[in-house]
Amino acid sequence: MTTPKEPWRQRDALTDLYYMEARARLLDVAAFLDRIDRAPGTDDHRLRSLRAALAFLNDGKADRTRRILESWSDPSAAPADSADTKGATGAWPKL
Amino acid sequence: MRYIEPHAHMVSRTTDDYTAMVTAGCVAVCEPAFWAGFDRCSVDGFRDYFRQLTEIEPRRAARYGLPHFSWLCINPKESEDLGLAEAVLSIIPEFLDKPNVLGIGEIGLNKNSRNEVKIFERHVQIAVEHDRLILVHTPHLEDKLKGTKLILDILRNAGVRPGRTLIDHVEEHTVRHVLDAGHWAGITLYPESKATPARAIDMVEQYAAERLWLNSACDWGHSDPLAVPKTALEMRRRGHSATAIDALIYGNPLRFLSQYSGFKVADHVGGSV
Repeated sequence: MTTPKEPWRQRDALTDLYYMEARARLLDVAAFLDRIDRAPGTDDHRLRSLRAALAFLNDGKADRTRRILESWSDPSAAPADSADTKGATGAWPKL
Repeated sequence: MRYIEPHAHMVSRTTDDYTAMVTAGCVAVCEPAFWAGFDRCSVDGFRDYFRQLTEIEPRRAARYGLPHFSWLCINPKESEDLGLAEAVLSIIPEFLDKPNVLGIGEIGLNKNSRNEVKIFERHVQIAVEHDRLILVHTPHLEDKLKGTKLILDILRNAGVRPGRTLIDHVEEHTVRHVLDAGHWAGITLYPESKATPARAIDMVEQYAAERLWLNSACDWGHSDPLAVPKTALEMRRRGHSATAIDALIYGNPLRFLSQYSGFKVADHVGGSV
């Protein structure tokens, strides 16, 4: 596998390519949290895990995606006694 | 552009999708056995499904000049009923000699339960006994990391040759585990629940790209049968060469799948392999 041509490795080139998309997605997350906060009720494990993951975004460390996915994962090692559902929710329910 | 779609549930798609895929450069499609969206109630339901995968769907794809291959199994979502699962396992060998059958898949885990583990181990045993390729599904979302680790342990204990096993649906927190164990890894391009094109390319740039492939895993849910060629276009936008893109979306799946002697691509790209 060859690597991309050097100009595309530069920060300004990647910014040109992806900035508007990232800007729009960040605003969507902000609007989602505003919408949630206007609504009555309490956070479930999905919202708690989402809010906790925001801290990864600006901590200055690498591998944010991997670390966020790990933070949402079931940390146990042994197989479950049974599958009581077929679906997944996006974050470990005991978070 | 030419590409191989190594994971698509075409029985859930329309013939318009075949037209679009071939128009975009698809030269072979591979279809793992899958969950139907509901639990089948008898082994005869699976027998019919395996006939669809090995006889009916290849004929439908052939009308568009597209070679169609399949993988056989009972999906982990239906593994909790051990009796039914064992009955389905018993009929799989009847279909293994069909010319379009690549091997056993997509087996694996869903909720990482003990019964899922048992049936996964039985599938692996069948693959080893018949010396067939293996395609492994890793669980969704919060269950993926734990399930991937369990799967890797089971494969290691079973003595499976890593180069003949592809572990699918990797993301940033599992791709290194899979590649470090010597297996091939599949990145699934989903609009929401797996990898986007940009994230997939990030992984390709950072890891051992010679043992990675991309797939759409298109099915009856939110998915895109053209996700692979669209990601190829995204690679061009990011500056990857045509040679590098061809290696990823054509050369890599070709190398893995050609371990089955019956695998071939459409003649219109220069002859069968």
